Amino acid sequence: MAQAHSHSHSHDHGHHDQESLKQFGFWLFMITDVILFATLFATFIVLRDNTASGPVGADLIEMNGIIISTFILLTSSFTSGLALLSMNKGDKRGLILWLAVSALLGLSFIYLEVNEFIHLVHEGAKISTSAYWSAFYTLVGTHGLHVSIGIVWMTAIIIQLAKRGITPVTKRKVNIISLYWHFLDAVWIFVFSLVYLMEVM
Amino acid sequence: MASQNQSHEETGHTHGSLKSYIIGFVLSIILTIIPLVAVLNDLFNRSTTIAVILVTAALQFLVQLIFFMHIREEDKPRYNLISLIFAVLILLTIVIGSIWIMTYNKVAI
Repeated sequence: MAQAHSHSHSHDHGHHDQESLKQFGFWLFMITDVILFATLFATFIVLRDNTASGPVGADLIEMNGIIISTFILLTSSFTSGLALLSMNKGDKRGLILWLAVSALLGLSFIYLEVNEFIHLVHEGAKISTSAYWSAFYTLVGTHGLHVSIGIVWMTAIIIQLAKRGITPVTKRKVNIISLYWHFLDAVWIFVFSLVYLMEVM
Repeated sequence: MASQNQSHEETGHTHGSLKSYIIGFVLSIILTIIPLVAVLNDLFNRSTTIAVILVTAALQFLVQLIFFMHIREEDKPRYNLISLIFAVLILLTIVIGSIWIMTYNKVAI
């Protein structure tokens, strides 16, 4: 803290290298995460006809819920951007508020997803039903897991912000979580397009 | 030099404005609605619909990158952009390669 104050004149530069290096490290993690999702997408696309005479997505997927969760995640990506803007203005209250809104939207997305999975399992589409459903649950579930981790992480950052305020360190953390949140929205666009839209068309 | 750096910090590193976020949000909504309407109303034939879905998804990914992740505002050297291009290359290789290989696998059956 003291360091941050004494550096307040030039901290943009002194911390810039350290913090932006850490931010770049996180960017590289996301690059590897892209490759993870690439393999899961490839698996799903390749196995989408292997339904073992069982149910397929087109029969069971309820698009209304999917459309709602798509717009929820889209809005939450937007609000995490607003959090970043508040931070750049030095507005701690606004920052915490928008982060909390993003986390809550993420939570409702997960709620809808869990409900959807329960509905699918009740209709007889378990992960063991066919290669199609194994690939489906692995892909969509991995994305859901990422969002769930993001919610816990965001909550931790909110607590840290409330305690320590906006410092170069918390600033970097907010930058990273917001990047992660945009990334999850980008992945969901492809889940929505390649899994859901192509399934029901 | 220092003042130049400072002004660059202010103009180049603000990481977006409210305007850019709103533009990105509106574009994302439009690009979500277009394929949705096309699919739910059966506007096009099968291959056109697939093309519409893929193109709008790719465009929306670009919107996220430019308006939300501010990939254009990166200082040189642009390591973020270079590593992203690498990721896209690997991604396309995995996805298109898998589809290609497994298509012939199906023919064998």
